[in-house]
Amino acid sequence: MSQIPLVDYLVLGDDPHLLASECGSCGARFFDRRNACASCGGTEFTKVRVPTEGEVQAFTIVAFAAPGIPVPFVASVVDCDGTSVRGNLVNVEPDPDHVHLGMKVRLTTVPVGADSAGTEAIGFGFEPLEGS
Amino acid sequence: MADDVWILGIHMTKFGKHPDLDTVDLAAEAAMAALADAQVSVKDVGVLAAGNLMGAGAPIGQMLQKQIGQTGIPVYNVSNACATGATALRTAIMAVKAGEVDMGLAVGVEKLAGAGLLAGGSRKGDDDEWTPHGRYGAVAAVDGRIGTETMPGVFAQIGMQYMHEHPYEGAEFELFARISEKNHAHSTLNPLAAYTKKMSLDQIMGDVMIAYPNTRPMCSANCDGAAAAVVVSGEKLKTLSPDQQRRAVKVSASVLTTDPWEEACQVLPNVNTLTRNAAKTAYEQAGVGPEDLDLVELHDCFATAELVHYDNLMLCDPGEAVPFFESGATWRDGATPVNVSGGLESKGHPIAATGIANIWEVCHHLRGEAGDRQIEGATVGLAHVIGLGSACGVHILEKAAA
Repeated sequence: MSQIPLVDYLVLGDDPHLLASECGSCGARFFDRRNACASCGGTEFTKVRVPTEGEVQAFTIVAFAAPGIPVPFVASVVDCDGTSVRGNLVNVEPDPDHVHLGMKVRLTTVPVGADSAGTEAIGFGFEPLEGS
Repeated sequence: MADDVWILGIHMTKFGKHPDLDTVDLAAEAAMAALADAQVSVKDVGVLAAGNLMGAGAPIGQMLQKQIGQTGIPVYNVSNACATGATALRTAIMAVKAGEVDMGLAVGVEKLAGAGLLAGGSRKGDDDEWTPHGRYGAVAAVDGRIGTETMPGVFAQIGMQYMHEHPYEGAEFELFARISEKNHAHSTLNPLAAYTKKMSLDQIMGDVMIAYPNTRPMCSANCDGAAAAVVVSGEKLKTLSPDQQRRAVKVSASVLTTDPWEEACQVLPNVNTLTRNAAKTAYEQAGVGPEDLDLVELHDCFATAELVHYDNLMLCDPGEAVPFFESGATWRDGATPVNVSGGLESKGHPIAATGIANIWEVCHHLRGEAGDRQIEGATVGLAHVIGLGSACGVHILEKAAA
């Protein structure tokens, strides 16, 4: 079955990872398409691989969301060695006894579902590293 | 150019449910009452700035004029998320300060009673075929799949991020709930608040969880309401009656900032640096320090937000927001009373009205007219709002010299 990433900054395959646009002048990183750097105004960007392991710097356990969004789920910001990434925490109980600030996590892929042509969309999340 | 600008008249409507009033009715009620409070007429006003965030671009200023006076003056319809009211006020202040007019009117109004989640409250179904679109080439909706777009969830993370940067030995959920307990206790003295019930810590923590650690009473209350202010130049004020001069409140600082770029700011909104920048400029403009403030109305859109703004507004030493709160400083009998109105969690948050209503609260105390909830002898106060996106408005107000 063919696959498509949920967002264009997710690279699938044997070694799934995220790609950021890095400003050639100041090194600021962005996940959306760019006209210029919001930090320094530079216009040259290169695609860089974001480290797949990181540390939870903020989270919330969303219990109330739009219809169709399964709750509860854990939304978080993960510091991947200096690059902050937004993503859900997965493969962990969504309660404050199991999710902690500073928790070490790693990127993993999450199936989103198949469309009418049978193409499977794949998203991403972060799961706890063993022993953390 | 005007040297100084004053609030001559100001009013907020009762916040809550007004099923029989529309935005024009509410805006007109606030504007007429603010003009009456200022003892002037709509014909004296040289500029009108108005905001109504959910009005889908309708010209609320001109709609208001058609209800209370089409005098032909310029109207600025402004929109700046939850900082819309403060932006309208600042627009009127800038026109006075620039010397273009000697009197201006600012109005903010919102109809929100019964509204649910304001962002992330709906998600369209997935397409039949995965096709990338949007700025991230997403093939399907990302809310709930890549973090959350809901405001309770965004601000929960902002509070939790502070706890990560400033590790706390105690229970974070209870800490944030105690902030909400304070504001709900304060609201019992405010007859214009949408909710005026004292709530126990158990009630707050046991209520419906929205986005951990924010339960429902820890979230700002959607409601209807309007607020309006008349501003005047110092020179014009000197020509007005002794009573008008006595009740006028000095705008010692009026500042609006946006979020400067920082790592992570496009991943999780950073409401900290722009608030700190606004506060710093405001203290410099006013020539006062945080220790001089007799009361503060800050943007507690969620209990998790109030904590970080103690630090951002420099009410405490850097990193000391938790011990500052735990000292009791921000209760109405504390050293720096915060949100004696009940805050957005109980007074309510009719978005565009909020940034003028918090000024009204401060003025009410500085004029010595706050009744049961009067902070005795108040002479200096600060009002703060955050509009996510982001914009921050900070105003410092001072009582007229006797």
